[in-house]
Amino acid sequence: MRDRKTFLRRFTRDCQNVYEPAEDSELLLECALKEVRKSDSVLEVGTGSGFVSYFLQERCSFLLATDINPHAARCARSFGIECVITDLARGIKKRFDLILFNPPYLRLEDWERRGDWLEKAIDGGKDGVEVTVRFLEEIADNLSENGRIIIISSSTTFDSLRDYLSRSKYEWEIVGKKKLFFEELYALKLRLKL
Amino acid sequence: MRRSLLDILACPTCKGELRLEVHEENEEEVLFGRLICDSCGVDYPIENGIPNLLPVELREKL
Repeated sequence: MRDRKTFLRRFTRDCQNVYEPAEDSELLLECALKEVRKSDSVLEVGTGSGFVSYFLQERCSFLLATDINPHAARCARSFGIECVITDLARGIKKRFDLILFNPPYLRLEDWERRGDWLEKAIDGGKDGVEVTVRFLEEIADNLSENGRIIIISSSTTFDSLRDYLSRSKYEWEIVGKKKLFFEELYALKLRLKL
Repeated sequence: MRRSLLDILACPTCKGELRLEVHEENEEEVLFGRLICDSCGVDYPIENGIPNLLPVELREKL
C-alpha cells in the first residue's frame, strides 16, 4: 500500500534541491484521482518529487513524468516513476489522455530571485503565468482526441491566466479549490475547444 | 529507461526521431547510453536510466 508518510519520510531523506510536496501537490493529486480512468495514458509535466505520479501510477494504463530539474527526475525515479529530463514536454511526441501540471505560478520580484532549483519550481515568470501559458500553447500536440488537462493556479495570479484562457483554444472549468492563509489554489480542467 | 520509451521520445529541438545507442542495460531497461538526433547532429545522454532531453545550451546553462 502506498502511503504519504512513507513517501514524505523517504523524500526528506533522499531528495535535495527538489520541491517538497505541498498543498498544491495535494490538490492536483485529489483532482487527478477523481478524473483518471483505468484506460488513460497519463503524462505529468514537472513532476518534482514524483508525489502525484506515485499515487496515480496504479490507477491508469501508462504513466510518464517529466521535469527540467535533474534532481527531481532522480527523486521521481527513486519512487519507481519513469521520468525524462526535459523542458515541459518538448522531448515527448506521444499523445496522452490525461496531462497534469502543477506549474510554477508565483510572481517573484527581482530581489526574491536566487537562481536555484527550488526557485525554478515556483517562479511563474512574467505575471506568474508565463510558464503556464507556454505549457498550454505547446501541450496541445501531446493531447489525444478528447484528452484532458489538469493544472493548478493561484488566486494571486489567476486573473492573468483567465485573460489568456478567454482567448485561447481551450474550454475550462474549475474542478477543485483549496484555501490557504493568503491565497486560494484552483485546479482547472481543460480540453481543446471542438 | 525502458526500450519501449524510444517510440514516445523525440528530439526536443526538431521533434524528429531519436536513435538509441546502448552502453549498459539490465533485463528491464537501458541504464547508460545516448539518444541521437541524426538531423540535428545532437546527442542526448541517458544516465542512471534517465534520458536527458534538454537542448545542449540549456543543459549547460542549468
